[in-house]
Amino acid sequence: MRQPFEEIVAEHGPAVMRVCRALLGAFDAQDAWSETFMAALKAYPRLRADSNVRGWLVTIAQRKAIDQLRTAARAPVASDVLPELAGASDAPTQSDRALRSALDTLPPMQRGAVIHRYLGDLPYADVALLLGCSEAAARRNAADGLANLRARIRKEHR
Amino acid sequence: MTATDTARDRALVKRLVAAFPSADVAPGAPLLERLAERAEREGLLDVAVRTIDSPFGALLLAASRAGLVRVAFAREGHAAVLAQLAAEISPRILQAPHRLDDAARQLDEYFARRRRRFELRLDLQLAHGFRRAVLMRLQRLAYGETASYARIARAAGKPAAVRAVGSACAHNPLPLVVPCHRVVRSDGTPGEYLGGRAAKQALLALEAAA
Repeated sequence: MRQPFEEIVAEHGPAVMRVCRALLGAFDAQDAWSETFMAALKAYPRLRADSNVRGWLVTIAQRKAIDQLRTAARAPVASDVLPELAGASDAPTQSDRALRSALDTLPPMQRGAVIHRYLGDLPYADVALLLGCSEAAARRNAADGLANLRARIRKEHR
Repeated sequence: MTATDTARDRALVKRLVAAFPSADVAPGAPLLERLAERAEREGLLDVAVRTIDSPFGALLLAASRAGLVRVAFAREGHAAVLAQLAAEISPRILQAPHRLDDAARQLDEYFARRRRRFELRLDLQLAHGFRRAVLMRLQRLAYGETASYARIARAAGKPAAVRAVGSACAHNPLPLVVPCHRVVRSDGTPGEYLGGRAAKQALLALEAAA
């Protein structure tokens, strides 16, 4: 039996939003999130009942984020503007900003592994599928990503 | 990795999660409302749900595209009711207050004794066979009037089916709106009710006082 979609939104909405924010940086994460859940709602009755819903949603979110970045690349906006996180009630602090910029400077596989493992809260098997690598590589990239992230924010504090 | 590393990692992950807020998709956030409105416009909202306050606790209201399909008291377990709607109608269910505006307003008026009959499109798809026939009969039972289970059984064409009438009332998907609370025992005592015996008594008193 399939869970009511309302519960899917409540259970997975926050993690998918974090992933959208992390993937999109300055671009509109709310738009990508909405596109993700509309696409998911459309396909939902056909989803196999034993499917991994979180992994499925983040896969859609990644695709929507890429679409949006492609569109944005054709119509460039000022890239030095930091994300405003419109609608998010908790305003980002200085250290949040530093952490977000540090994440963006990680090598792509490390950045992807950190986003999917820690912001998407996905198991390494799903991270591997999303990144197109082995589970061992996903694990290594997540660990290296975290270590690099720590090194980078420490450097900034000096 | 040492134990210290793990603790440090956990702290960093916590900071990382905090740096990417998600409060804009918390329950009731405008973004969720916009999602439901868009789903409605694009024909993807099979069941709209909303919760309202009532003198008998929180009520869950659900509407299909055809009309009001479910009213549920808190004691039925709203999560269980959502699961039932997903299984029997469609899992495309979202909190979408607007489709239920009329039902919410009319129920408020009813509880405030400002309404004696509901003018709503009803969808009886959750009731089948004889149970549905009973519900159709109940809709003719006027405000303030009561009837015995036996009388409803006779009116529905199955005089021996008194227990089946009781069961149809006990499984009424639209309590309050389809007035199963007006069906009482032959000795005049209220009998069982989906919303509890006390709620049934209170509803009968409410209608008698008006």
